[in-house]
Amino acid sequence: MQLLTFKRGIHPPDGKHLTENKPIEYLLPKGDLVYPMVQHIGAPCEPIVKKGDRVLVGQKIGETKAYVSSPIHSSVSGTVKNIAPMLHPNGNKVLSVIVENDGLYEEHESIGPKGDYKDLSREQIIEIIKEAGIVGMGGAGFPTFIKLSPPPEKKIDTIIVNGAECEPYLTSDYRVMLEETDRVVTGLKIILKLFPEAKGYIAVENNKMKAVEALLEETKNVDNIEVKVLKTKYPQGSEKQLIYALTGREVPSGGLPADVGCIVQNIDTVVAIHRAIVRGRPLMRRIVTVTGGAIKDPKNFKVKIGTSYRELIEAAGGFVEEPVKIISGGPMMGIALPSLDVPVCKGTSAILCLTREEAQLPQEQNCIRCGRCISACPMGLMPLELNRYAIHKDIEQFETMHGMDCMECGSCSYICPAKRHIVQSIRTAKKAVLENRKKNA
Amino acid sequence: MANGKYTVSSSPHIRSTDTIQSIMQDVFIALLPAAFAGVWFFRFSALWIILISIVTCVGAEALWQKLTNQKITINDFSAAVTGLLLALNLPPTVPFWIPIVGGVFAIIVVKQFFGGLGQNFMNPALAARVFLLTSWTPQMTSWTFDGMTTATPLGILKEGGAQLPSLADLLIGRIGGCIGETSAIALLIGAAYLLYKKVISIRIPATFIGTVFVLTWLLGRGGMFYSNALYEIFTGGLILGAFFMATDYASSPVTEKGQYIMGLGCGIITAVIRLYGGLPEGVSYAILIMNLAVPLIERYTRPHYFGEVKQ
Repeated sequence: MQLLTFKRGIHPPDGKHLTENKPIEYLLPKGDLVYPMVQHIGAPCEPIVKKGDRVLVGQKIGETKAYVSSPIHSSVSGTVKNIAPMLHPNGNKVLSVIVENDGLYEEHESIGPKGDYKDLSREQIIEIIKEAGIVGMGGAGFPTFIKLSPPPEKKIDTIIVNGAECEPYLTSDYRVMLEETDRVVTGLKIILKLFPEAKGYIAVENNKMKAVEALLEETKNVDNIEVKVLKTKYPQGSEKQLIYALTGREVPSGGLPADVGCIVQNIDTVVAIHRAIVRGRPLMRRIVTVTGGAIKDPKNFKVKIGTSYRELIEAAGGFVEEPVKIISGGPMMGIALPSLDVPVCKGTSAILCLTREEAQLPQEQNCIRCGRCISACPMGLMPLELNRYAIHKDIEQFETMHGMDCMECGSCSYICPAKRHIVQSIRTAKKAVLENRKKNA
Repeated sequence: MANGKYTVSSSPHIRSTDTIQSIMQDVFIALLPAAFAGVWFFRFSALWIILISIVTCVGAEALWQKLTNQKITINDFSAAVTGLLLALNLPPTVPFWIPIVGGVFAIIVVKQFFGGLGQNFMNPALAARVFLLTSWTPQMTSWTFDGMTTATPLGILKEGGAQLPSLADLLIGRIGGCIGETSAIALLIGAAYLLYKKVISIRIPATFIGTVFVLTWLLGRGGMFYSNALYEIFTGGLILGAFFMATDYASSPVTEKGQYIMGLGCGIITAVIRLYGGLPEGVSYAILIMNLAVPLIERYTRPHYFGEVKQ
């Protein structure tokens, strides 16, 4: 099979051997559950329950009237203990609903099969997905129902399920593809019902050939779904790079996948769509890889959203060595956290606990102009120059040189022999540009 | 599992194992075969010049950084590389003060005055060589081999007056010339190492040498198509310059297209000086002139950025 890929990129050590052969374990929460009212891109939800209220599994506890948003549901039954700002995996404090679990898992009346998806209308399917609180589970958290409702003038001909999982250490998508193959495929079939003209692709990197075989078997009698094998390279799972690898199309700068007729969905998101339609359950659980050199027994867990990171780490045997970094997500784009008392959110793909040896905290040296960052940048930018403009606060040049196109994948910082904090400086400059735009608007 | 002791820093949280030091060490290692060949053919005088040059460069860098209250970075190996490169670019008979003056000029004037590592707009070793060549021309242009005064092959090609050494002598290095430029085989072994370690790409050296080859063949000394272009690419400083000096990170383009232009420009200038200029050799000047054009080249050879809207 021909290997598809994009231009440039890097090959970091993958670390997946720690957990790739560990079947998903179901983990029930012991302590309180914390539901931050922001688990998506868009307007924050407002709590619709009060302190002292009893809530049920699948009951909506947060929503807003804004269009770009996504509701939040309780994943257990119990009592609302408090509503207060709590530490979020994004590193900030966010208003959260805290629920004391009664361990009964009594289900809310809204849960139940929604009927055969083949009989549902387009509007019904979109509404179910919206009400189920489904967002992109690869980390960005864009509300899925909006992604599935592109403006009518954008003709969608390609639906891509993103099984690249290019972040080192992460194996949650891989295990889902292996263990819930049928749900991935059915989820994609549901999306394809919304876009009858489109063709569906499931794209997987060639370091996950077992998943490829399982998907090929599952789709052998399906005409409009094809499994594609990608070259293992970081950041292959980036939306724009994935579309390029599969179709040769470039999403225009500042544009969206729909501009080139594509919609990309994460593996776990597609499974969430399956569960929302076929079993009538809102998004309440996710698969999390708990891994890193500091973890005693690295594993993949299926957990209730709202469960504390601390519980997951304990369930993975705790630490063998004191970690220096706790990262929510992968080592390339994940967020380093100051504490373990953080809840699993819709976008939590992994908890990575790195030892001193793994997590390098190098000193910056002078740029030697070796040009490796240029040959690594998947967006065709010149990171060494953006780094310079960012440091000199030359916002104008930064924008002219397409600094806003940087997706912060970290390839440049990874490859830099001078260990310069390129992405960090670019991130700061991007914020300054956005603030400037707001001021001038 | 207490709180507050975990490091919070920006992603990415893992870094590649390559460092400035490892890269500079690779360049140093790659220059060693040529240095050994130089010592073999030119004996102790070459060894002394190499050692003096390296010690001067490293010492000058440390001294400058100490005097200006900067962090001393001599363990990054870059000054040692400059010192070795400078020595390889000197005739084996120069007086001992020549590498000292050259080393100080390379490190202080060309490198540190402009901001240190990565900021020099010219190759320090090469700029120092040209500075020495124009200031002390007789010392810098007296060539000997086996204790006999000799002419370089390029000198003979230009001025005539002696028997040209064979191509085999050229490859092995049994000819007059600078300490490190005579043995093409030793240089190519080092070059292969750099390419294998991906420290340099083939773009600049290939276009540089290729351009010199084609131009000398086309416009050759014996009239069109008559020249022995293969012979010419193994003479003088072309191999040393193309692989080890035109590829200097700080003073060559960072863009791929720019690197082809750099090689092409160096090749054209070298061939023109060799064939029509007043000097026998033009590699040093070609690289230095192209060094000056690097910012301009980079400006017009930016990579296609992803999602660039086609006009």
